[in-house]
Amino acid sequence: MSIIKAKDLVHEYIRRDEDGNVKMIQTAINHVDMDIEEGSFVAVLGHNGSGKSTFAKHINVLLSPTEGTVWVDGKDTSNPLFTYPIRRTAGMVFQNPDNQIIASVVEEDVGFGPENIGVPTDEIWTRVEESLKSVGMIKYRTHSPNKLSGGQKQRVAIAGVMAMEPKCIILDEPTAMLDPNGRKEVLAAVHELNKKKGVTVILITHYMEEVVDCDRVFVMDSGKLVMQGTPKEVFSKVEELKEHRLDVPQITLLAHELKEAGLDIPEGILTREELVEALCRLS
Amino acid sequence: MLREITLGQYYPADSVIHKLDPRVKLVATLVYVVSLFLFKGVVGFAVITAFLVLAVKLSKVPFLYMIKGLKAIVILMILSALFNLVLTPGINPVFVLGPIKVYPEGVRMAVLMLIRLSYLIVGTSIMTLTTTPNQLTDGLETGLAPFSKIGVPVHAIAMMMSIALRFIPILIEETDLIMKAQMARGADFEKGNIIQKAKNMVPLLVPLFVSAFRRADDLAMAMEARCYTGGAGRTKMKPLRYGKADALAYIVLFAFLATVIVLRIFGY
Repeated sequence: MSIIKAKDLVHEYIRRDEDGNVKMIQTAINHVDMDIEEGSFVAVLGHNGSGKSTFAKHINVLLSPTEGTVWVDGKDTSNPLFTYPIRRTAGMVFQNPDNQIIASVVEEDVGFGPENIGVPTDEIWTRVEESLKSVGMIKYRTHSPNKLSGGQKQRVAIAGVMAMEPKCIILDEPTAMLDPNGRKEVLAAVHELNKKKGVTVILITHYMEEVVDCDRVFVMDSGKLVMQGTPKEVFSKVEELKEHRLDVPQITLLAHELKEAGLDIPEGILTREELVEALCRLS
Repeated sequence: MLREITLGQYYPADSVIHKLDPRVKLVATLVYVVSLFLFKGVVGFAVITAFLVLAVKLSKVPFLYMIKGLKAIVILMILSALFNLVLTPGINPVFVLGPIKVYPEGVRMAVLMLIRLSYLIVGTSIMTLTTTPNQLTDGLETGLAPFSKIGVPVHAIAMMMSIALRFIPILIEETDLIMKAQMARGADFEKGNIIQKAKNMVPLLVPLFVSAFRRADDLAMAMEARCYTGGAGRTKMKPLRYGKADALAYIVLFAFLATVIVLRIFGY
């Protein structure tokens, strides 16, 4: 069953001058159709300005479609009655870890979402505890967020979303401001949530390495959905990805170059192990 | 250099006063301030002193730490005492120097003013020293809740206060960063007199404001994404509940207030 469905989605940013006349129209999303299965882990790839963040904001009703429709869990996002039910279904984690933590104590921040949707006090406490545990941050529950590292702050933000018990969680470039260690921490936490709790994960990113373990990859360029498929399918088209100004993971690139040079190995190799195996099979 | 700024200056300790409900402490501070302006005679003054000493002892905050707060307003205290001394009219001057005449009433007023100001600072600092900023905003929100019926946005004010407290360290860090970035490109924040120094701060303010607005925008979006719609329909993770100690504190408090009022009526 699909949890998120976009049909013929168009979004235009309209800039007006002081008299309210339209000065410039920028099409951020240009007739996109997308279908995301419940329980899957998908990635939306694209370089800056490809429309991937704009798309993410449609899922959480922070933006409304100019044309076309987005359904989240069967609910049309353009219906204002559904705004809050949809935000409860689809939680969102943003890029800057500092600008999305509201409270001065970790556990209070995680409790912010449940407080907003009117969860009774006792249940808030169980939810906060559970979601802090699920991202491995329970030790820091009484700490101030200012003392945490970037990766830890992002995990707190993820716990804050999890405490609202959403069916799906959208991460809008959650690792863009983190160091490699923080990046690993956050991704591990997200993968764990997807596997253990069956939460649908939509990861918006431009880091190729983060995409390798996904179920499905969508590639966007200039507002259009240009490629989709499993990571293997997408990464086997190295030349096409380059046209969309995206790089493939280093291992995939190496395998591709080796193949170009005449070695008999398959396209779309994603991990070091796969490459080793393919090379060993050569006689 | 900016990191030295502390706000709310909470002093962590394990005392009865620390554990009191913040609403009790807010009411207590109010009652205390009122009583300072109510007392007339020596007996009233003694009662208030006893109350203050009791509070200081119970709070387990070192007394020296508390009177540090007095340093900041020494000049203000001297000035107001001086004005009271010189400008209060009376009948028999005790001291005359040219056009300046000091009357016994003036001496009395000056002494009273000194006592009131110093008691005010020490007393109110007990509240800020024993209550975390978060508890304080929580206390204000619940304490002022009745005013929301007449259209005062109590929840919004409390939310703004707590967000401001959360972002103070972040913005201070950012100011530090912008300063260093500008110093690296040759800006000088140390040179010149006060006016010069203030002028040097202007190029610092623009990027700081831009970044603060960007943060505010981001934060608003993050709050909306987490279903924030204002105070209505919200539950509390840490609701304020009165305990036995709070009830006792209220009894002591009102007994104190009643004593001060009665003493005033009888003129002691």
